[in-house]
Amino acid sequence: MNTKELYQEIILEHGKNPRNLRKTENFNKDAKGHNPLCGDIVHIYLKLNEKKKLEDISFEGSGCAISMASASIMTDLVKGKEENEVKEIINDFLGMIKINPELKSKNLKDDEKTKLMCLSGVKQYPMRVKCATLSWHTLISAIDNKKEEINTEKFD
Amino acid sequence: MNLSNIKKEFPIFNNSSLVYLDSANSSQKPQSVINRINDFYSNEFSNVGRSVHALSIAATNNYENTRVSVQKYINAKSKDEIIFTKGATEAINLVANTFGQKYLKENDEILITELEHHSNYVPWHYLRQIKGIKVEFAEIDQHGSVSIENIEKKINSKTKIIAVTHVSNVTGAILPIKEISQLAHSKNIPVLVDGCQGAPHLKLDMQDFDCDFYAISCHKMYGPTGLGILYAKKKWLEELPPYQGGGGMIKEVKKNNITYADLPNKYEAGTMQTAQIVAFKESIKFIENLGIENVMNHEKKLMDYAVEVLRKNNSVKLIGNPKEKSAAISFTIEGIHPHDIATILDEDNVAIRAGHHCCQIFHETLGIPATARASLGIYNTKEDIDRLNSSINKCKKIFNLK
Repeated sequence: MNTKELYQEIILEHGKNPRNLRKTENFNKDAKGHNPLCGDIVHIYLKLNEKKKLEDISFEGSGCAISMASASIMTDLVKGKEENEVKEIINDFLGMIKINPELKSKNLKDDEKTKLMCLSGVKQYPMRVKCATLSWHTLISAIDNKKEEINTEKFD
Repeated sequence: MNLSNIKKEFPIFNNSSLVYLDSANSSQKPQSVINRINDFYSNEFSNVGRSVHALSIAATNNYENTRVSVQKYINAKSKDEIIFTKGATEAINLVANTFGQKYLKENDEILITELEHHSNYVPWHYLRQIKGIKVEFAEIDQHGSVSIENIEKKINSKTKIIAVTHVSNVTGAILPIKEISQLAHSKNIPVLVDGCQGAPHLKLDMQDFDCDFYAISCHKMYGPTGLGILYAKKKWLEELPPYQGGGGMIKEVKKNNITYADLPNKYEAGTMQTAQIVAFKESIKFIENLGIENVMNHEKKLMDYAVEVLRKNNSVKLIGNPKEKSAAISFTIEGIHPHDIATILDEDNVAIRAGHHCCQIFHETLGIPATARASLGIYNTKEDIDRLNSSINKCKKIFNLK
């Protein structure tokens, strides 16, 4: 195992200066997530327009470099995309983190895939996978309007 | 055996660069304990206390010999005061359950502290739900300990039991158990001590501590997993009802009446962890051969060194600074989450723990979600602390900290 693969420059940079770390004004969907093992918390805010396009996405929270970078990169990538595209990207990302060697989504450009693959280093660290997936699970919850807080201890 | 080359006794360190600083979580095992488990299963195995064949008799004797070893080691009055359990967690659950059943009613209070491990809070929480009792928390002080004054402040006429940790698994603070027992007994309140972090590192003397219950985790004491010990004063074990029902804990079973076995069997239902119990005698022997005073001395020097080294390291913030401190130290680094610290240290084969260490109340009180913790065992050395420090420096470099 090599921490250089895990803590790539882009992860450290996003972890330190997360994009979209704020609260969207007039958000129409939101959800909270919590990783009780690490204490990571995230609150995601969405603004979807009438065509179900993600006009804005932001998050508040705190956590380790992996969880902050993951939320930062995720919000950057899905902004401006349509809801069904976003869901497809989330599934693709979670599939990649769990088992798939690469991303397959047609809704992601090559450079976007490269960026996301920077998070694939966590695959070698089973205890850290939850750090990377917390914000993604929380985003699904926000889109689906689920009221219950996402808790990383409740999914695998 | 001597402490300077003690690592050799632990096969996990053979030909390995491992720096193991997670003994508060669980300690490594000496060869003698591992061998005993192997020998027992290979050559001596039988269930205990049931059959009359030779193997069973020998196994029963070995099993009971460990009980006597433990009794002597902790200076309990009688071997009947030593109950084997699944772990310290079960030991505390046993007391919370049976004491709660027999003596507690709505609005009674249980006094614990903000330092407690979840295993000395959650079992009492059940009684909140079942019986409507209240759980009160003695506050931590600025050193990350709990003073006797802060305990006294929370005692009132409704306080029915005081349950405190011997040593904090986060700050390493040692609580004054003897004084707490004196104070509590002056008000007729029994005391339970969660001894998980005390037992591996401090001299144990139940008659001197005078606490009513003391819970021990054997796997933190260089012993096997799946085993704990409840020490309880005999009068409590006689008065309290049994905890679990089953084979081995009964005297006579009729369709309309059941009588229970004498102590200590009354609290040991079902087939017990025979091999682990037999092997735990070797853990006690191992510590006795080293001498607990020597162990304490070694660990104190090492902890003082760790505090000194980490204090000098800019950006490392130590959590708490208790005057009486045992073998754990927790810290944070501004700008690096504890889990990132632990992952990066792991690459250098330095094993620490990160998170809330099963003490969410404590972390919430301090307003920090998580800390990194280095905890010592008898096998640790100054070089281990130096390696910890240089790995922390590597962490800071990766995260561009000074």
